[in-house]
Amino acid sequence: MTGLGRPSPLGAALNTLAAWLLGILWVLPLVYAVWTAFHPAEFSTRFVPTAPLTLQNFEAAWAAAPFPRYFLNSFLLVTGILAGQLVLCTLAAYAFARFKFRGSAIAFALVLLQLMIMPDVLIVENYRTMHALNLVDTVTAMALPYVASAFGIFLLRQAFKSVPKELEEAARIEGCGTLGILWRVYVPLARPVYVAYALVSISYHWNNFLWPLIVTNSVDTRPLTVGLAVFASTDQGIDWSIITAATLLAAGPLLVAFLIFQRQFVQSFLRAGIR
Amino acid sequence: MHRTSGVDARVKPGHDGWGRSLVNQFRANIHGWLLLLPAAVLLAAFTHYPAVATLWHSFFSTPKGNRPARFIGLDQYQTMLEDPIFWIALKNNLVFAAATIPLSIVLAILMALWVNEKIVGRGLLRLAFFTPTMLPMIAVANIWLFFYTPDYGLLDQIRGLFGLPAWNWLGSRDTALWCLIAVTVWKEAGFFMIFYLAALQQISPDLAEAAAIEGTGRWTFFRRVTFPLLMPTTLFVLINAVINAFRLVDHVVVMTRGGPDNATSLLLFYIYEIGFKFWDLGYAAAVTMVLLAVLAIVACFQFFYLDRRIHYQ
Repeated sequence: MTGLGRPSPLGAALNTLAAWLLGILWVLPLVYAVWTAFHPAEFSTRFVPTAPLTLQNFEAAWAAAPFPRYFLNSFLLVTGILAGQLVLCTLAAYAFARFKFRGSAIAFALVLLQLMIMPDVLIVENYRTMHALNLVDTVTAMALPYVASAFGIFLLRQAFKSVPKELEEAARIEGCGTLGILWRVYVPLARPVYVAYALVSISYHWNNFLWPLIVTNSVDTRPLTVGLAVFASTDQGIDWSIITAATLLAAGPLLVAFLIFQRQFVQSFLRAGIR
Repeated sequence: MHRTSGVDARVKPGHDGWGRSLVNQFRANIHGWLLLLPAAVLLAAFTHYPAVATLWHSFFSTPKGNRPARFIGLDQYQTMLEDPIFWIALKNNLVFAAATIPLSIVLAILMALWVNEKIVGRGLLRLAFFTPTMLPMIAVANIWLFFYTPDYGLLDQIRGLFGLPAWNWLGSRDTALWCLIAVTVWKEAGFFMIFYLAALQQISPDLAEAAAIEGTGRWTFFRRVTFPLLMPTTLFVLINAVINAFRLVDHVVVMTRGGPDNATSLLLFYIYEIGFKFWDLGYAAAVTMVLLAVLAIVACFQFFYLDRRIHYQ
């Protein structure tokens, strides 16, 4: 125990109790959602242990809105962004980590600017741009502002800088060109950082909402988050059990992945956060 | 910034040393910029250009029908200063920030201290605290919407047990913003917790041992030893929390749409409304400038103040 000193037995018991109370408070909304989603509507606010379990809410939600299409769109969006980010950020990070080129300091400062002024707040002008490019209501428009990620460049640059120079020398002697060295030496050595970045990026973009909401307006492009919001708001008469089931459907893939790979997720967020 | 050079550092001494050095430097320039180019183009197009264009467009009227945009100087800003809803949104956002930031930081420290101890069910607690982080804000908003539903939402059911009447949590100007604050704190505290947990695990157990021998109280130990050691983490979390307070409005869109009577309108949500409900892009640009100014202040605070005071690594 490092954070606090040694507690008295009574103090320790109260401490545990308080921790558990907060823990219960924290899972309560989720437990509530699961209860509602898996029980018939008449039990949505009646917590009887004998209430029958059902999957009907999920079936109803699945049938009521084009969720398969939304899943596909979200999948395309997330993989598209990640693929673009991996390529572009790798190249840029390599430039910053290993090349002393004119203007690199200013360029790097300009890159870091995006950590503060994120595309999330530049919705108005980015919409104008997408409109001018005739890209409104496409997956490309949803993805483009996020592909060149300052965060990814920064993270990979740090990783690349820790790679011993001798390895690069050796590869050069063996006849590797600039890109060959990047691909054979730097990328494999930075694998843990790539995994961390990928998990953070996937979680962020699977959950992203405002920009996709603005730039999409059809079933064919809407990701799950926007689809869910449209579903929950347009059908006011629909009952909560079905909305909750749809909510769990949308959050499901990431949540399940997280529950299975908890350690990797938490490690990734940490690695990504501590700069 | 210590940037070591790769290519130009390998100049071998010899009769053609100067020539090779120049060639290498030239090569480094070309390779460096070529590698950077794809990312630079997209960054410029979707971060730098829009930031500058926001300023530019804020001096113009919004084109309507066959009337093109025309230069109107500071008129949009004049409109903004006289727009009561702008002031409400700004005030709401400041209250939102002033409430969510300290609350989520204090809770995050508390959570981290708990799950860092040998407490019963530590793994489950960590999971409970962190899970909200993984949920989309939209999903979270839907779940809490139900929570807050008058009469038969969980909150009112609990009030009912104590014989209290139903309350329209999101429909009342007194409580709506606080409902959103609660949702945000619930979602963010667990995320910040993991950074504190990592920092706590770096603190040597010898310190606690020494304090115990000295008979230092737990609170004194936390205040004098642990908390100062957590300072770099707190500042990192603080910056993120401030940015999030001005960036995240997903829950506003789903839960209240800024209502009732603009009581929950935040800056970015108001920008979204001006821009994409009323399609007044010129005015939206002017309000965006306020948001950019806030973020610029945060950036300056970090670059000129924090980076000098805290030594990472």
